[in-house]
Amino acid sequence: MTRRHVGVLPGFGPTLGITVFMVSAVVVIPLMGLFVRSAGLGFGGVWETVTTPRVLAAFRLSFGASLIAAAINAVIGFLVAWTLVRYEFPGKRIVDALVDLPFALPTAVSGIALTALFAPQGWVGRLLAPLGLPVAFTPLGVTLALIFIGLPFVVRTLQPALMDLDAEVEEAAAVLGAGRWQILGRVVLPTVLPALLTGVTLAFARAVGEYGSVVFISGNMPHKTEIVPLLIVAKLEQYDYAGATAIGAVMLVLSFAILLAVNLLQGWTGRHREGN
Amino acid sequence: MSIEARHITKTFGAFRALDDVGLTVPTGRLMALLGPSGSGKTTLLRIIAGLEQADYGSGQVLFDDADVTVRPVRRRGVGFVFQHYALFRHLTVFDNVAFGLQVRPRKERPDKDEIRKRVGDLLRMVQLDTLADRYPGQLSGGQRQRVALARALAVEPQVLLLDEPFGALDAKVRKELRVWLRRLHDELHVTSVFVTHDQDEALEVADRVVVMNEGRIEQEGTPDEVFHRPATEFVMRFLGEVNQFHGRVDAGRVAFADVELDAGDHGRLAGPARVFVRPHEWEVSLAAPSQAAIRAVVKRVQSAGPVARLELRTAEGALLNAELPQETLERLGLAVGSEVHVTPRRLRVFAADRVPPTPGV
Repeated sequence: MTRRHVGVLPGFGPTLGITVFMVSAVVVIPLMGLFVRSAGLGFGGVWETVTTPRVLAAFRLSFGASLIAAAINAVIGFLVAWTLVRYEFPGKRIVDALVDLPFALPTAVSGIALTALFAPQGWVGRLLAPLGLPVAFTPLGVTLALIFIGLPFVVRTLQPALMDLDAEVEEAAAVLGAGRWQILGRVVLPTVLPALLTGVTLAFARAVGEYGSVVFISGNMPHKTEIVPLLIVAKLEQYDYAGATAIGAVMLVLSFAILLAVNLLQGWTGRHREGN
Repeated sequence: MSIEARHITKTFGAFRALDDVGLTVPTGRLMALLGPSGSGKTTLLRIIAGLEQADYGSGQVLFDDADVTVRPVRRRGVGFVFQHYALFRHLTVFDNVAFGLQVRPRKERPDKDEIRKRVGDLLRMVQLDTLADRYPGQLSGGQRQRVALARALAVEPQVLLLDEPFGALDAKVRKELRVWLRRLHDELHVTSVFVTHDQDEALEVADRVVVMNEGRIEQEGTPDEVFHRPATEFVMRFLGEVNQFHGRVDAGRVAFADVELDAGDHGRLAGPARVFVRPHEWEVSLAAPSQAAIRAVVKRVQSAGPVARLELRTAEGALLNAELPQETLERLGLAVGSEVHVTPRRLRVFAADRVPPTPGV
């Protein structure tokens, strides 16, 4: 029992130490502070704060729009990654670089740009408004902004997985009689599913916490287009620190539960990796 | 089902991978396509499978007498085994083998019990029935290739095509698997073509061997024919080691390395020639024999193994390789520094003025 296992890789002790320290200092301790702060309200107080209709509506919008945006990003992101990995076309490098732009822009800039485009007088909004499809200042607009900022996560996590996918595997399926859709559904998608899930999870996590790009296009109407992060800021501006931290803590628990579930799902889809 | 490929030409950009190649594989035969890398053997196999198309307007592929040239790969009914297995890594061994049955349209698909039974039979045949629930990542290379073979056979193909099936495996497993492939073929009699660059593999396993070089077929024949009666210099060199000499043929006699011998079958040639002797075809003696012999000194003896290998230096300074049975080595008492006389029991002569054909001419 006391024999020390000496691995080939050096530095297990120090690296684990630093990892634990950083995760504690940067993630766990501040989050604990959140709970400590909101604990001042007591359980009943927290419950009362987060079950007001306005807060509930914000939760529904934040998580609902984020889930829808993540789902749409799964499809669009897959197509973009597939195109970038599988085909050669002029301007491919430029398209590849453009994918990263939502990462790089200050989110407020994206928000203003999207609002300018989709506002009823904007270039695109002008065309959509007569169709009875207002985008800006509606939940649709919120979803659109979340799709915009989430896309790079899906594309960038899928790209290496698709590059890894051997063309021979698809050929093998074709020789065995599979059609194009069967190859896509039975071979390509299941093989890259773990990476796709990672990307979608990242996009979702980012979307739930997104603030800058959403507040402009949403219009922030209570009960309609108000997202949770904005509500928190609003509470802070009214010096309701306890209320803000209570909402924050609940949001944290919900996000953590969803991320944990996805993680378990991922372990299940990646089960064939064991032994590799 | 027999396979016939006619006038197949395939170019990749400026590179001509196949140059008007024709090939016939009779029903139930196991044929090897043998050649160095870049000789076009894999391209030919992939064209037969339908994974690649011959250049537009060139060539035809026929299964029995049906023209399948434009039939898509999924409807050709072939089994294909890839060098790197190409297994579906997210599926178990069982599901990998069942894949070809499960993707069939509903009315042609066997029911669940039938699939289970057929996959079970195949896994028993490849001796992997105990590993049906594993994933490919948990198997060794040899096991993976057997799964790939079972998967290819599950759809009961009329034609089995194997692309360097043992190329990624280590020497011992390769040897076991090729014996096993031969036995399997003798049981199933599926018309099969396999690609290899390993002449031992081709000669040991196949009924017929096609030797390819630079997009053309150099020779086709039984393993005996291509080994003992190579049609071209390339085949001679490719199928085993050679000692090469520059010489001349005149009036039925061949002169090289200060000896002159009867040219035998090659007597019809005249002029400059290249002479080839395989290492095991030297007669080595201590005393000068009655016929012309090359004088040489033993430079190196490597006697670990059933056959002893000698490196000899001739009086002219050229190096020769010779192989002798252990007993002969001991009987002659050869060691480094021994002076010997060597004469070929058998030699092959090719005219030296004939430039081998180059692709694209």
